[in-house]
Amino acid sequence: MEDVSAKFVSQKISRTRWRPLPAAALQPPDLFATGSWDNEDNRISIWSAGDLGNAGLNGEYHGEPHLLCDIQHNGDVMDMQFLDQERIVVASSTGTVTVFHHHQNNQTLSADHRWEKAHYHVDQDTACGGAACTGVVCNNPEIVTVGEDGRINLFRADQKDAVRTIDNADSSTLHAVTFLRTTEILTVNSIGQLKIWDLRQQRNEPSQIFSLAGDRVPLHCVDRHPNQQHIVATGGQDGMLSIWDIRQGTMPVSLLNAHEAEMWEVHFHPSDPDHLFTCSEDGSLWHWDTSTNVSEKPSFLHQGGRSTAYLSHSTINQSVVSAWLSSDPTKDRMEITNLIPNQTLSVNSLDVLGPCLVYGTDAEAIYVNRHLFA
Amino acid sequence: MGGRGKAGPGLRAVRGCGRCGAGAPLTDTVPLQVVPGADPSARQLCFAWGPAEVLVCETLFGRAGTGDGAPSSSCVFVVRRDQDIYIQTLRKLFNESHGIFMGLQRSEEELAGKSRKAQLVQVSKNYRSVIRACMEDMHQAAVSTQDPALQGQYSTQVSILSAMELIWNLCEILFVESATAGPLLLRLLDWVRLHVCDVDSMVREVLSSESPSKHKLFWNVVDVFVLQGRMDEARHLLSKEASANPTSMNMYKILDDLMKKMPVPSLSNTQTLTELELKWQHWHEECQRYLQDGTFASNPHMESICKILLGDEDAILEKKELMTTWYHFLVTRLLYSHPTVKPLELRFYAQSSMDLFLGGESSPEPLDMILMAAFEFEMHQVIKECSIVLSNWWFVAHLTDLLDHCKLLQSHNLYFGSNMREFLLLEYASGLFSHHSLWQLGVDYFDHCPEYGRVYLELHIERIPLSTEQKALKVLRICEQRQMHEQVRSICKIMAMKALRNNRLGSALSWSIRAKDAAFATLISDRFLKDYSERGCFSDLDLIDNLGPSMLLSDRLTFLGKYREFHRLYGEKRFPEAARLLLTLMTAHIAPCSFWMTLLTDALPLLEQKEVIFSAEQTYELMRCLEDLTAGNPDKQKFQEDDIETTKVEMLRLALARNLARVIVKEGTVEGS
Repeated sequence: MEDVSAKFVSQKISRTRWRPLPAAALQPPDLFATGSWDNEDNRISIWSAGDLGNAGLNGEYHGEPHLLCDIQHNGDVMDMQFLDQERIVVASSTGTVTVFHHHQNNQTLSADHRWEKAHYHVDQDTACGGAACTGVVCNNPEIVTVGEDGRINLFRADQKDAVRTIDNADSSTLHAVTFLRTTEILTVNSIGQLKIWDLRQQRNEPSQIFSLAGDRVPLHCVDRHPNQQHIVATGGQDGMLSIWDIRQGTMPVSLLNAHEAEMWEVHFHPSDPDHLFTCSEDGSLWHWDTSTNVSEKPSFLHQGGRSTAYLSHSTINQSVVSAWLSSDPTKDRMEITNLIPNQTLSVNSLDVLGPCLVYGTDAEAIYVNRHLFA
Repeated sequence: MGGRGKAGPGLRAVRGCGRCGAGAPLTDTVPLQVVPGADPSARQLCFAWGPAEVLVCETLFGRAGTGDGAPSSSCVFVVRRDQDIYIQTLRKLFNESHGIFMGLQRSEEELAGKSRKAQLVQVSKNYRSVIRACMEDMHQAAVSTQDPALQGQYSTQVSILSAMELIWNLCEILFVESATAGPLLLRLLDWVRLHVCDVDSMVREVLSSESPSKHKLFWNVVDVFVLQGRMDEARHLLSKEASANPTSMNMYKILDDLMKKMPVPSLSNTQTLTELELKWQHWHEECQRYLQDGTFASNPHMESICKILLGDEDAILEKKELMTTWYHFLVTRLLYSHPTVKPLELRFYAQSSMDLFLGGESSPEPLDMILMAAFEFEMHQVIKECSIVLSNWWFVAHLTDLLDHCKLLQSHNLYFGSNMREFLLLEYASGLFSHHSLWQLGVDYFDHCPEYGRVYLELHIERIPLSTEQKALKVLRICEQRQMHEQVRSICKIMAMKALRNNRLGSALSWSIRAKDAAFATLISDRFLKDYSERGCFSDLDLIDNLGPSMLLSDRLTFLGKYREFHRLYGEKRFPEAARLLLTLMTAHIAPCSFWMTLLTDALPLLEQKEVIFSAEQTYELMRCLEDLTAGNPDKQKFQEDDIETTKVEMLRLALARNLARVIVKEGTVEGS
């Protein structure tokens, strides 16, 4: 835990995102973006994670994140996603979706493009009709947004109008969205359903609906296994982590008791997918590690270099399948660690990339852990 | 309308006098609060209390005698109680100290004696380091800003924060740690060294010059070191001077020796106080001897240092400029004349030191009064004065809470509310709740107010604006964790109402299911049914099809779910099951009477199917339902509708009769064969 550096930023953080690394990059990520909520004046900020090279400038702030630039944002930042190295798509509680451009040469932010009231109630033209846009996901150049109005929008970064809109896609609030394949998306809603939508089909109906049995607890977040696209993780209002196998059945494969309150985000590690991270309203952030599950597996994580990690992946894929989908609790040797023992206020967002973790809280602080697997 | 003024510290003070004074009568002078922009001399002002702020505006009425003058300004002023809450940089202080506060509440009460004290001192130090960090940030901001007004504002904040830290530190020494004779002096010395930093720049300038001993401020710096009891540093400087003056080497050597030998209290228990006193007496006499035989007569600087070592008040007072404050004077005086001062003796020295230092030229300022109260061990006075002077509740609330955990405030109860700790925490948390963003912190403070915290939380939480569902969920979670059912219901109702207004029936229904609000669920179900009878198809099927056990929340909701199930069965061509369900809906009185006609009409296609679906018994039941319906409202005879209605009834009767005929034949045949 000594590797964690914190910074109090005087605004409640709703989203934190690492800037994606260029394809051939070997160094760990260094820039991340944050969005704030519930402020009179909300902001999008770009931070440098404050690596060792910067520590010399102000010695005592050893490795503390420092602000590069920020820009005012209208409404709460509900979700945020990097479109590419320079552009960030931000979902607002006013229903507007904005693409911000980060100019790296002079460290400024500007609004590139804006879809006003992409999400709305009743009438798009009235002054107060905006409905909160709750989720956004990008697959350059495509952008998909979902909102409290139960609408799904498909945009293209370079087109002025929406490419496709599904009105009334859901009768309840859509909480999150992610890409399943390039043409299919997954959404979760407030009545415990996971839906698959095929954007090629003109029908305004989901191609498949999965749902939690019983109490239909609202689902707040969703993420897909980066290598095995049929494995999907969702987090619910009761803090439960559900693992779904979308090839079979309509119910989750396993339900794992986790947090004591809403799970706000769930992320598979993008390159080491037998690690999963979840954060919650109860102020905890959990690291789920199934890599210990397979005893004969080489401990590639501790070899450090990313290149070795890539190599070993193809060889261990077989064993990982069973790790997340094994529903036998006796065989379940999942290692779970709470990374924040004493936090009291909600951890709203987290992001993992390489060996680095960044998360933001309602206690107005951002934390960076640069040695996740050390 | 909508001008916005912010209160100066005054309004806070009004409250401070009246109530925080821990039972003090309302005799203190009440400072006036000027609302910038409002002119009470021309017009009468009116006001309205809010939870943590006051709305003030000018009325149409002029002052008595002046009559109606110029039209009143159209401004409403918001006068805030706890204005520091709104300072951006201080949010760091609020958030970070919230964590420390929560840690303190969780900390083990059982830890006995020393380890508990060590724990509390650590907590106190943590609070101080947060104040210091905040001060540094503020200082940084003051330096980097170009705007002179802003700069002034930041500088004021820095000085307020540094005063807060000064008071806190003293309270930590006297109350939290309750240092005993001996260590007490060492702590006070540290305190002075840490906070009297006006001379630091001078020291730095001299030390960094090429030859410090030639510098014109050289002796000043030596004096500063001696006054602060920094003997090693003073001796180091003196040795430089000595090497430059070989002639008076002997004199330097003697002074150096005296300074080296000076006995100081130790933090460890290796020497008793009596031992120390004995040693000190001996050393004191030695100094006296050297002064009397004129060893230092040739050098006035060294002579004055020797006098200081002897605790000569006049000699020390001569260095007033180097000490800058009376409490520095107090500590220096104690160091050189009463090194084993006991905590309870402090008050006498403190009072006389202040009198001597100020010398009747200036009157003590609020900060002086607070420190004096601390030296007098008047904890309540300290808290009261701080409440009056400081423009925030943060300081008093946290300090009082800490002192309460030290078990120092227990005997004291107020004549209103519960106790002082709770009162101050409530005030602070209410301030947080009036802030658009910091309200989440306030929740935990209310949680730790055993008597009124809950009521305050209930009243405040209902007033949080619910701009998005996510925010509503967060507020809801707070209420659910504390079993605040009334608030849960009200929040869900607000959200359901909002959804309803936006025509989001599905959302509205799931909110009322969450609140278990049967009445509202019925209302929404009716909307669904109305939509159905108007449009002939259901909206939001994904929700209605998946109601599950929550269907039982209200009768109407059950009907809605079951009725939709009938449609599904019908769509799947499972006619017998559909028919049975349809009949049950009426015979079990699940369906509202107004809907029976629709249900009977739904039965029509089933009656007209090729194969017989309704059994004879079921057909009789249907007929009875129809008769009940038509007999029930004979007076409802209206012409236009009547036509359609009668046709419907006629058609139904015909269909029922035909079905009955078919079923009798069929049943007879089956039985017969």
